[in-house]
Amino acid sequence: MTQFSQSRLDSIDIAFYHTRLSYNRRKITNQIMLIFTGILTSLALLPLVWIISYVVYKGGQYLSLDFFTQMPKPLGMEGGGVLHAIEGTIILTVLGGVIAIPPALLAAIYAAYHSNTILGIAVRFGTDVLSGVPSIIVGLFVYALVVKNQGHYSALAGGIALAIIIFPTIVRTTEEMIKLTPRTLREGSLALGAPEWKTTLSVTLVAAANGIVTGILLGLARASGETAPLLFTALGNENYEIGKIISSGVANRQGLLAILNRIFEQPVDSLPLTLWKYAQQPYPERISQSWAAALVLMILILVLNIATRIWLQRRMSRLQGR
Amino acid sequence: MHRNLSSSQIQRLFQHGDRPWNIGVIAAALIVPALMLAIGWMLWRDSAAARLAYGWNFLTPTLNASWNPVADEFQAWPFIYGTMLTSITALILSLPVSLGAAIFLAEISPNWLYQPLSWMAELLAAIPSVIYGLWGIFIFLPKVVTPIGNALFLMLGSTPWLGKFFEGPVPVSGSSRLAASLILAIMITPTIAAVTRDVFLAIPITQREASLALGATHWETIWQVLFPYGLSGILGAVILGLGRALGETMAVTMVIGNSIEGSLSLLRPGYTMSSLIANEFAEATGILHSQALIEIGLILFIMTLILNMAARYLVWRVARRNPQEART
Repeated sequence: MTQFSQSRLDSIDIAFYHTRLSYNRRKITNQIMLIFTGILTSLALLPLVWIISYVVYKGGQYLSLDFFTQMPKPLGMEGGGVLHAIEGTIILTVLGGVIAIPPALLAAIYAAYHSNTILGIAVRFGTDVLSGVPSIIVGLFVYALVVKNQGHYSALAGGIALAIIIFPTIVRTTEEMIKLTPRTLREGSLALGAPEWKTTLSVTLVAAANGIVTGILLGLARASGETAPLLFTALGNENYEIGKIISSGVANRQGLLAILNRIFEQPVDSLPLTLWKYAQQPYPERISQSWAAALVLMILILVLNIATRIWLQRRMSRLQGR
Repeated sequence: MHRNLSSSQIQRLFQHGDRPWNIGVIAAALIVPALMLAIGWMLWRDSAAARLAYGWNFLTPTLNASWNPVADEFQAWPFIYGTMLTSITALILSLPVSLGAAIFLAEISPNWLYQPLSWMAELLAAIPSVIYGLWGIFIFLPKVVTPIGNALFLMLGSTPWLGKFFEGPVPVSGSSRLAASLILAIMITPTIAAVTRDVFLAIPITQREASLALGATHWETIWQVLFPYGLSGILGAVILGLGRALGETMAVTMVIGNSIEGSLSLLRPGYTMSSLIANEFAEATGILHSQALIEIGLILFIMTLILNMAARYLVWRVARRNPQEART
């Protein structure tokens, strides 16, 4: 009898001991795992620091004023810049924005006010899926749509490809921003007798303007770094110089439309395209130039990103504070 | 019968401008589905001759496939294999890191740390693919990939089954499927982490409180309560990352070595579907050559489409389950 109760006591003791042990173990596991997630976070962000510091280091060594103002020199020669690519990047990005922004705003307005109709769901789901389509596929599509019909590569085709890339970004951010504007603003305008289109254009969109501009800038930043969709739409063109096109156009007394047409109908280069081509050439000069191009591109994109995010955050906190 | 419309009648007809406005808005909204259909249709139409010429033979899994523009012999398998292998390896490598980062951001990090870390993740996602490629060629390959590749070859190269995936030798330059996988892992980590973080933030706070009240530790709450709760959303994030990896072009093209060889090995150079298109399409002169490339584009498009739709559906499901209780 006593033996039995003794063993019972033992087993309780052992069980108690085990709970103590497992409690300690649980506590330690907790500590270790929480610290481990922190380590994983820094591991995930390590490449950012590594890439940025290397691009700044390598690109900074080469960067000079010439790089921005000179056309490329023939292969193997020292010096020269990437003026053509900078001009091309601007042309392509602006063109992409001009093509994408108006329909994207309208589609976002539809999606924001008809979120439960079939088309509204199709717009939101469609933009999500569209933003996941590989950019090289967009390039193939625009090749089939524009380049094949025109018969030649052109800045126009590149602009259309970039427009398709940024379209979903702009739709989604604009939709979110419109939904954040107070309903009362819109109702007030409608109650005063303003038609729907006037209310939307001059009240809702104006109230949401900061956020919409942010979305557009983020979209443009992404577009300016895209390479794949330009490979067989804009193609690349080392002789592209807007100054020359305009001055020869003026000298020949061509109209504005004719000059614009000449700007858009030629193949153009862009910074990421140039970077890609130069990185594969066996000339050290060209490789240094591609690091410098990477630096310029990275500064452009990071500054756009950081500036717009700070701006948006201020705007959001003001909205929430109200 | 013809009569002049007075201005008030015109206004009524157009509802003070709202009718044309609504038509315009609906037309713009229709662009989205139309664009998707148009992309699919164009790729389908422009690959007709290649589909007719090669049929299913185009997709047959084979180790010694041929890709010969001169003889018009095309088979897609090496590229499909390269894409799948690099993407899935990237996913496996990225998963623990991005899950850990997401958990840290959503559940652990103090408020003052949350914002800067989230921004850094977004910046990592914003860096253009070509810059990853450039950094990859000159820094990442020689410093990281070649040593890791050689170590893997020594460790696993002669094991019976797995050894096929770790056959060497690793190229001196480091250009290999492993390099592409590692770069892809870096590139998709911010995507997966951001979506997973949002999934965690969408889980109602009552779930955490209940678990902590029962005596669970912080980690047990995360791993045994929140993780299963958000599982379908996390799965969505993972599939989304896989979709990104499949379609990624420039960085992969720059580091994978672009060679077709009959090897399964992760440590040897390879080719992916997108890098093949990027390298060859602009110079493809033969009709069958360019059509075969477009057919590969079609396959890639269908793959990413299915993955993206599945991913979005899964993420939406979590977000919609409890919209009022979400924490954010």
